Amino acid sequence: MKYETVIGLEVHAQLKTKTKIFCRCPTEFGAAPNDQVCQICLGMPGVLPVLNKKAVEHAIKAGLALNCEISETTKFDRKNYFYPDLPKGYQISQYDAPVCMSGHLMIDGKKIRIHRAHLEEDAGKLVHAGAAGLHGSDYSLVDFNRSGVPLLEIVSEPDITSPEEAKNYLTELRNILRYIDVCDGNLEEGSFRCDANVSLRPVGQKELGTKAEIKNVNSFRAVQKAIQSEIERQSKILDDGGRVVQESRLWNEADGKTHSMRSKEEAHDYRYFPDPDLVPLSIESAWIAEIRATLPELPEEKRQRYVNSHGLSLDDAAVLAESKDLADFFDETLKLGANAKLAANLLIGPTTAYTNDNKIEFTETKLTAKNLADLIAAIDSGKLGSTNAKKLLLDLLATEGDVNKVIEEKGLAQLSNEDELRKMVEDVLAKSQAQVEQYRSGKTKIRQFFFGEVMKISKGKANPEVTNKILDELLPQPEST
Amino acid sequence: MTDVIGKTISEIKQLISSKQISAREVATLHIEHAKRNDKETNAFICLTEELALKQADAVDKNFASGGELPALGGVPICLKDNICVPDYPTTCGSKILENFKPPYQATSANRLFEAGAVCIGKGNLDEFAMGSSNENSAFSITRNPWNLKKVPGGSSGGPAVAVASGYSSIGFGSDTGGSIRLPASFCGIVGMKPTYGLVSRFGLVAYASSLDQIGPFGNSVEDCALALAVIVGKDPKDSTSIDDPFGKFNTKKYPALDMNFAKSLTGHDGSLKGIKIGVLNDLLGEGLESEVRAATENGIKVFKELGAEVDEVKVDHLDIALPVYYIIATAEASANLSRYDGVRYGARDKDSQDLMSMYMSTRSAGFGAEVKRRIMLGTYALSTGYYDAYYKKAQQVRRLIKEAFDKAFEKYDVLISPTSPTVAFGLGEKTDDPLTMYLSDIATIPINLAGLPGISVPCGFGREGLPIGMQLVGPQLSDARLLTVAHAFEKSVGFASKRSPLATVAR
Ligand SMILES: [Zn+2]
Repeated sequence: MKYETVIGLEVHAQLKTKTKIFCRCPTEFGAAPNDQVCQICLGMPGVLPVLNKKAVEHAIKAGLALNCEISETTKFDRKNYFYPDLPKGYQISQYDAPVCMSGHLMIDGKKIRIHRAHLEEDAGKLVHAGAAGLHGSDYSLVDFNRSGVPLLEIVSEPDITSPEEAKNYLTELRNILRYIDVCDGNLEEGSFRCDANVSLRPVGQKELGTKAEIKNVNSFRAVQKAIQSEIERQSKILDDGGRVVQESRLWNEADGKTHSMRSKEEAHDYRYFPDPDLVPLSIESAWIAEIRATLPELPEEKRQRYVNSHGLSLDDAAVLAESKDLADFFDETLKLGANAKLAANLLIGPTTAYTNDNKIEFTETKLTAKNLADLIAAIDSGKLGSTNAKKLLLDLLATEGDVNKVIEEKGLAQLSNEDELRKMVEDVLAKSQAQVEQYRSGKTKIRQFFFGEVMKISKGKANPEVTNKILDELLPQPEST
Repeated sequence: MTDVIGKTISEIKQLISSKQISAREVATLHIEHAKRNDKETNAFICLTEELALKQADAVDKNFASGGELPALGGVPICLKDNICVPDYPTTCGSKILENFKPPYQATSANRLFEAGAVCIGKGNLDEFAMGSSNENSAFSITRNPWNLKKVPGGSSGGPAVAVASGYSSIGFGSDTGGSIRLPASFCGIVGMKPTYGLVSRFGLVAYASSLDQIGPFGNSVEDCALALAVIVGKDPKDSTSIDDPFGKFNTKKYPALDMNFAKSLTGHDGSLKGIKIGVLNDLLGEGLESEVRAATENGIKVFKELGAEVDEVKVDHLDIALPVYYIIATAEASANLSRYDGVRYGARDKDSQDLMSMYMSTRSAGFGAEVKRRIMLGTYALSTGYYDAYYKKAQQVRRLIKEAFDKAFEKYDVLISPTSPTVAFGLGEKTDDPLTMYLSDIATIPINLAGLPGISVPCGFGREGLPIGMQLVGPQLSDARLLTVAHAFEKSVGFASKRSPLATVAR
């Protein structure tokens, strides 16, 4: 039978605050275990949580960027369960009054709805000795540095229909959160985590099939692979007349399969109720407006503008918009009057190759928008040929410098003077009588030889256009064969 | 030796400032008195002698160098053992926290110590403040200094007995459903639960967070006013503490409960002309002991003599406040007590072979029967399928109770009732019957549900010479006015100078 895939994604994005959501401990990654803890995030007796305003501000900002409605009043609830990494025996989360509701993202022109986004605190981290998990280990240690780190859980509607689309949704979501600077989106450090709900239904059926929740997917590629593998698993079950069990499944990168997590811990009744230690929060519209005013141009708007106003291809626009740093740099270069297509080509091609080769971020290069604009101006005016332009760009990525000065100093300026070039061409032709004869006899391919010789003599500076023009003039008419 | 036992704040401060005695001597005499007599009463879980002497010395030193005696300078206090003080255990009367020493201090303790109070010890309590008789402590049963065969009331029985026995001049407890007012009533002293949010809960080990409130015990209403004035006020560490309580939120313009007010209380002329008092008739019915009824009626007479208008009033839904309380309080408790899992601090069963058995045996051994009962009740009330019928419904009724009080306060300034339907009952008398035990708090519980200030003032003595308390209740943030009315009542009803045999023997 033919099935339709239905995917919903739950993303836990760590909000970029200096301190934790309910105490003043720092949130920095990488500290020694239990170095960033206090009585509050350790759940000691008698202590109380105090809400970090910045976390709420970031959540609202994210909500606005994701086209959500921001709740006028929101509250925090206790989600009760026992686990050694959860110091209070409950997690402070938001149950029925999340800070953000009903948003959406545009993915390749399709609207993926966002059900809700709510604030919650992260738990600690267990480290097991002698086994991969708690079960069977000799002993387990717990690091509470992460306990109380603010998270925004962003829950999509089941609008995603393929692993590819899931990957694109996550890419765009992470990109937006980075654009608005509320999450660093670092998957390895766990600041952007994803669970996927996957179900199948016969094509045409309205009712949703039974879903499985896939956990532990640590890269976008893994999400794609895990969902694909889950689709295959479920279709086989359905084809064989079986039924999919609603459960959590763990993705295993090594064998490329999802595995059932079925355990007692699954049968949770979280017994949510409003946290009496925190008062309900009213979010005033003036505050929302203030936050809205700080929103930058978002990726989707940027892409539209690049295509519509600057004539870039959708692909190029997408590559530029994927990194806010690159896009901002591109915009700055345009402001200096640079040719958009040339700028895009240089940034996407040689620049990206350079950062990839050197494994650095774009912001770590020495290139300035002024330099790129000058470089493009030099190309546009014919002062710089494409070969030397590329060379010069690589220089400017690695070291600071003034474009025109460098062109001068290194003698990179393109030779466009017709008289000089004509003399060079004449010299080449004079020295290469044999080849000229071959050309005349119809072997026109040899024309490239003359061009190459001119380049050699000019040390690559000869303006190709002018050189070709002169060659056309001075070469004899080939005999037609 | 100067007589300092059973004295009020102003009496002690007078003795110190007139240099008849030093703060250190005051502390030592109280500690010696406690050491000699508390073997019988078990008011303390531990004495904090070293801390007391350090604090007393600081008061003496500062006073000797020409400083003024601060608000509670040299005044011996007892803190209920669910209020955190560093370097000493905060046990909450539970085996699970037997060796737990908090590395932080409760905001209320901070404010008391800054005001020169001298901490004599940590007061006994029903485990995690759950109980009405102080028989649920894991360590020892506290006894009533008026009659050692009787309970002192709970759950703040320790600090109540400390004050009533003269081990400390004032005491501090927490009141979730009557845990200050009931023992005050049973022990013949004054005890007050302030408006919810007036005193920071930071450092108070939570039982039921939306109901818990720290409050004072004293030998007089004035002492309670002075003690309370020191600890009230916004605390940035407690989101539920009211910001600027007598400013922007004080729409009814009640007088501020501050030091000026507390000091002015003595000068109050005692007249209650123009004050409208409602007698909560629902709390005068079944189960009320005849001596308690008689003392209450006498109290009503006193109010009338003072010029107050007194009427009977019915506040709706009081009859179902008890079940509402036992759902909300236990639901919150079930979550609040989840942190005692043996993972990070407190007791742990070290022999468990896996996580689940560690949780189970740690908690089974660490908690007493009443705590377990309430955790189970609360867990049940929050469970899927029961939430709407129990927890949600209880919250709805709680709102109705609040509204019913609001309505009553449109007409009355103060509502009164007996603090408890009975005088102190015998040890062991109700331990096998939790439901009867729960009825001890029938008059005090609704006040917590509505977040109102309530105070218990001695109003007579019943059979076997056991004290009886009158509960006075005011609208939110009317704490100062409530104290003024209570003060006038105390002066006229005439039991303010009565001390228990233990506090008197020591003289
Ligand atoms: Zn912390």
